[in-house]
Amino acid sequence: MSAAPHAAPGTHRPNSRVHDRPMLEINKLEKQFGDVRVLTSIDLNVEAGELVFVIGPSGSGKSTMLRCCNRLEEPTSGSILLDGEHVTACHGRALDRMRLKIGMVFQGFHLYPHKSVLANVMLAQVKALKRDKAVAQARAMEMLDTVGLAHKADAMPGELSGGQQQRVAIARALALDPKVMLFDEPTSALDPELVGSVLKVMKQLREQGMTMVVVSHEMEFAREAADRVVFMDGGVVVESGPPEQIFGNPSSERLRAFLSRLRKGGE
Amino acid sequence: MRFLDTFFDGAVMAKYLPDLLSAIVTTLWLSGLIVVGGLALGLALACLRTLGRWYLTMPIVVFADLGRALPPLVVILIFYFGLPGLGISLSGPLVLILVLGGVLAAFAEEIFWAGLTAVPKGQWEAGRATGLSFARTLFDIALPQAVRMGIPPLVNRALAITKMTALGSVIGVKEILAVSSSAQSFSGSATPLTMAALAYLAIFLPVVILSRGLEKRYSWAV
Repeated sequence: MSAAPHAAPGTHRPNSRVHDRPMLEINKLEKQFGDVRVLTSIDLNVEAGELVFVIGPSGSGKSTMLRCCNRLEEPTSGSILLDGEHVTACHGRALDRMRLKIGMVFQGFHLYPHKSVLANVMLAQVKALKRDKAVAQARAMEMLDTVGLAHKADAMPGELSGGQQQRVAIARALALDPKVMLFDEPTSALDPELVGSVLKVMKQLREQGMTMVVVSHEMEFAREAADRVVFMDGGVVVESGPPEQIFGNPSSERLRAFLSRLRKGGE
Repeated sequence: MRFLDTFFDGAVMAKYLPDLLSAIVTTLWLSGLIVVGGLALGLALACLRTLGRWYLTMPIVVFADLGRALPPLVVILIFYFGLPGLGISLSGPLVLILVLGGVLAAFAEEIFWAGLTAVPKGQWEAGRATGLSFARTLFDIALPQAVRMGIPPLVNRALAITKMTALGSVIGVKEILAVSSSAQSFSGSATPLTMAALAYLAIFLPVVILSRGLEKRYSWAV
């Protein structure tokens, strides 16, 4: 925001930079839908405890890249490693187990409408992680407390506001103790006054040292909380760097054009 | 008075009540087997169809289309009078269970399938992204929502098909209509038919009311 030094984001945070290799490594990732090449040789490393913020015009491949990381989209080629383990090489049960380590938060929340908030947060803990029910419930309550919604444990998702639903979705992902959290436009479907509550939870997560990749248009949040901002356009990473550099001193013409379109309000 | 004598003759009623009661029992257990078997088969077929393998999908679609297109009476007659020509003799009740259960399965498969395709893709993605297997996601997330959407049409279909147990009267199954229409021939009174109508009401009205409760129980705020 101001010119004040963004004092070395990542300091004073547990977990950060204790690994000698990146938590998430994306190497030469390509994705094609039919004849359309959506991603062209994406390389991106995310260090443990780092918050990487991905920006870019719609259709630039941001979401596709994120969805390749947990194989909701199947990469056409390239490799993805999580904490040194190949995400792209596993299949069947091994892929299910891998996905437990990769939390994902969707634009549309996707809470299970037929299950209570508590049951939403417990389901995968019990059925995929094979946690004991009592343990899963305790963990779920702890996570709901983290996102400030312990009092809504017995509510049905349909009774919550969008912001509350998204926080439950974050709790649902966190309860599985993932190594990385992927956020796919987590606030884009929210009314403006509800955005803050979700961003607050994300900031809190960052302070706890969670490794996060965030695709979003919340530029204020990027400035405040991101360790690194990645600008994608046309399926490639055009530019990446600390937020002050990306926003204050963009080097590529495409990024400058994107930022000026944003400032004029609307892509 | 003439109306009462025709439709509510006390003596005739008393005479045929025992026969009719045993016919009610027959209709009940036939209906029970048809509904349970038909819904279970329809559900199983819809679940198999989600696997998206052509060698599963194709026969399922053919079965569902035939089952919905053919009049059940035709199939019942073919099974009962035609199959013995191939050396396969099935009893009347068995034919009724197989055919009506099959027809219900055909409709139920389409209803469950429609429900499954109406579950938003994001629900599947949320399940798979949290490490749930395909089967877990199907059974714990997609199916409960599909079933909920399917309850009203399923109840209608189940009711329609159980009323078709009356078709058993053409192949000698001693269910309500067969028994009451033979009583009508013997007594020359329409009273046994009135009794049949009342018997059907006694069976199906509670089911209709129960289904309303079911719909309420499986609804949730969206």
